[in-house]
Amino acid sequence: MNKLSLFSLLILVVRRDLVLAMRRRADVLTTLIFFVMVVSLFPLGVGPEMDMLRKMAPGVLWVAALLASMLSLGRLFSADYLDGTLEQMLLAPQSLSVLVLGKMASHWMVSGLPLVLMTPVLGLQFDMSIEAIAVLILGLLLGTPILSMVGAIGAALTLGLRGGGVLLSLLVLPLCIPVLIFGTGAVEAVTSGLSVSSHLSLMGALLVLALAFTPWVTAQALRISME
Amino acid sequence: MAINWFKYSAPTTFYGLAGKLIPWFAISAAVLCMVGLYIGFVVAPADAQQGEFYRIIFIHVPSSILSMFLYLIMAAYAAMGLIFNTRLSSMMASAIAPTGALFAFISLWTGALWGKPMWGAWWVWDARLTSELILLFLYLGFISLHASIDDPRRADRAAALLAIVGSVNVPIIYFSVQWWNTLHQGSTIKFTGTSMHIAMQQAMFTMLVACWLYAITVTLMRVRSIILERERHTKWITELAEVKS
Repeated sequence: MNKLSLFSLLILVVRRDLVLAMRRRADVLTTLIFFVMVVSLFPLGVGPEMDMLRKMAPGVLWVAALLASMLSLGRLFSADYLDGTLEQMLLAPQSLSVLVLGKMASHWMVSGLPLVLMTPVLGLQFDMSIEAIAVLILGLLLGTPILSMVGAIGAALTLGLRGGGVLLSLLVLPLCIPVLIFGTGAVEAVTSGLSVSSHLSLMGALLVLALAFTPWVTAQALRISME
Repeated sequence: MAINWFKYSAPTTFYGLAGKLIPWFAISAAVLCMVGLYIGFVVAPADAQQGEFYRIIFIHVPSSILSMFLYLIMAAYAAMGLIFNTRLSSMMASAIAPTGALFAFISLWTGALWGKPMWGAWWVWDARLTSELILLFLYLGFISLHASIDDPRRADRAAALLAIVGSVNVPIIYFSVQWWNTLHQGSTIKFTGTSMHIAMQQAMFTMLVACWLYAITVTLMRVRSIILERERHTKWITELAEVKS
């Protein structure tokens, strides 16, 4: 067997997970539909005044994105766990952290990226300005990968437990609060004419931090759950 | 004479030691609590601005401090259990968690009671209140993850990992929430001196020590129960006097 470089291993895992996701498109679509539906429920709940909706929009979109990504996290490892693939991955000579990073990346492409792409339409529904939408998208692009990565820790810890889905949200949502704060803070800053760089820089810092540590922590969590 | 520091890291020996220590901690906690409440309610004068309302500080501040410290101590025990694979450390971590959650809850509750007369609202979305609430969520996450895993070894290790991730996250959450909004008064007690009346300080520190002693007492009691539950199949448990009878 020729030795796989880390990068080609990463690409391999991402491609495998994307192919699997494309074979079950319904799963991808349900997350997106859930996101759109939650966002659309808010105007019905709080009333159609445009001023209030414009103010609420970033928070509503961010919270909906947070919930939507929780929804799909349960599937991150469960299919591989059930058919034994995960066990093979743990036994493989390649680095488990890189394998996990690949799974996180594909999870983000399947459940995070569609939400980001859908955001402009929903933003217009809430009468947000173009700059605000641009900043919101930038924040979501930086922030949703963090949600996938931090969520992966929770998914690995709750692997194979009863009631894992609700438990997962209970564990992960408090840890995602900084992402929510900086993401909505950036939009608030741009609408009140302030610089957005501080919020987005902090979000970028969180992304780098998550990128450095979460794959390893998730790998440890998988080892704990699988032993 | 060399002292064997690791002697009491075994549940077998620690069980007896904890049993002997509990009455001392319990009695001193009760005494100090009474002294602290006496100074707080009788000796300490009414506050110039806040009148009598401020007296809730004597339970509010100690419980807030404890809720934060106990999380760190819990995470440290959990990490020790994960790294050195010592059973007792993991048991201590799971024994501390409910007490920490209780203090976080008391802190929020008394904060609400204090906020109503002072700010005119039971709850405001202020940085410290919010981060205390998040701390409570972190405790509840730890407890419920531990509770939902049947195998105690796996439960210990999974919850330990969560506690460590949580403790790394605590400063990030704290500062992000602080930048988000702030209304709470800054801390009055600083290392460089304070504007508080001396009797108020005495009452607060007495209550703080009392709360620490209470936390230690309850944790030791709980860890004894956990030891009994986990080691129930071993021989030394069946030979204990309280089990035999």
